[in-house]
Amino acid sequence: MSEQIKKFMYLNRRAPYGTIYAWESLEVVLIGAAFDQDVSLAFLDDGVFQLVKGQDTAEVDMKNFSPTYQALGDYDVTKLFVEKESLEERGLTLDDLMPLTYEDEDDDWAEKDSIKVVSRAELADIMEEQDVMFSF
Amino acid sequence: MKFAIQVNEGPYQHQATDSAYQFTKAALEGGHEVMRVFFYHDGVNNGTKLTTPPQDDRNIVNRWSELAKKYDLDMVVCVAAAQRRGIVDEGEMQRNGKDAENIADNFRISGLGQLVEAGIQSERLVVFGD
Repeated sequence: MSEQIKKFMYLNRRAPYGTIYAWESLEVVLIGAAFDQDVSLAFLDDGVFQLVKGQDTAEVDMKNFSPTYQALGDYDVTKLFVEKESLEERGLTLDDLMPLTYEDEDDDWAEKDSIKVVSRAELADIMEEQDVMFSF
Repeated sequence: MKFAIQVNEGPYQHQATDSAYQFTKAALEGGHEVMRVFFYHDGVNNGTKLTTPPQDDRNIVNRWSELAKKYDLDMVVCVAAAQRRGIVDEGEMQRNGKDAENIADNFRISGLGQLVEAGIQSERLVVFGD
């Protein structure tokens, strides 16, 4: 579809329901998946709350869009970096997050984890490698 | 340099839209190319012609329209974000059964693919927001 492949990173920095940034970021990711770029997502600051499991928005009358993250693997969006320090600062661990997986076509469709917890320093290195950064 | 610009905040509420305008204008005046300005989130509110600021204040919407006219700038308002926030052109008016449209001159409504494409085709995507 496109003439070149770039490294695209979507930075998610905000909690899921206080503002619409998280949901509208996810919409870009889903549309962008059709462009066959090298996509990764980063979750840092309050953005780590986007991946917390067991979200229930009934009382605030908002659409719970967290199940959409489960679909990312089917869109070949398989690299979700979560910043370790942001988790720790909020009293969260990997066990508090939704288990997100994808099937690796290069490894006999083995089911693999999409989420990778990385340190702030590691995430900075990963950002450095990107061609395009969308910040939400 | 071939730039693409993304504007994530609405006019007057947030300086991001002013900074985006100043940056875009300076880039164009400096001989650079701005292949697209993409308005997302509340940034779509930059594209309503119903804006009526006090006379002693800058008119952010008109300012964009005039810049686009002068430089043949492609200014795209995200359709999904626009539908949520009531930014409507003739086509959207008819499609959604509305009785008015409000898109300002030289803005057009299109999809998020235009943002992703801008990221691919530009040398630098510059995001203005919070």
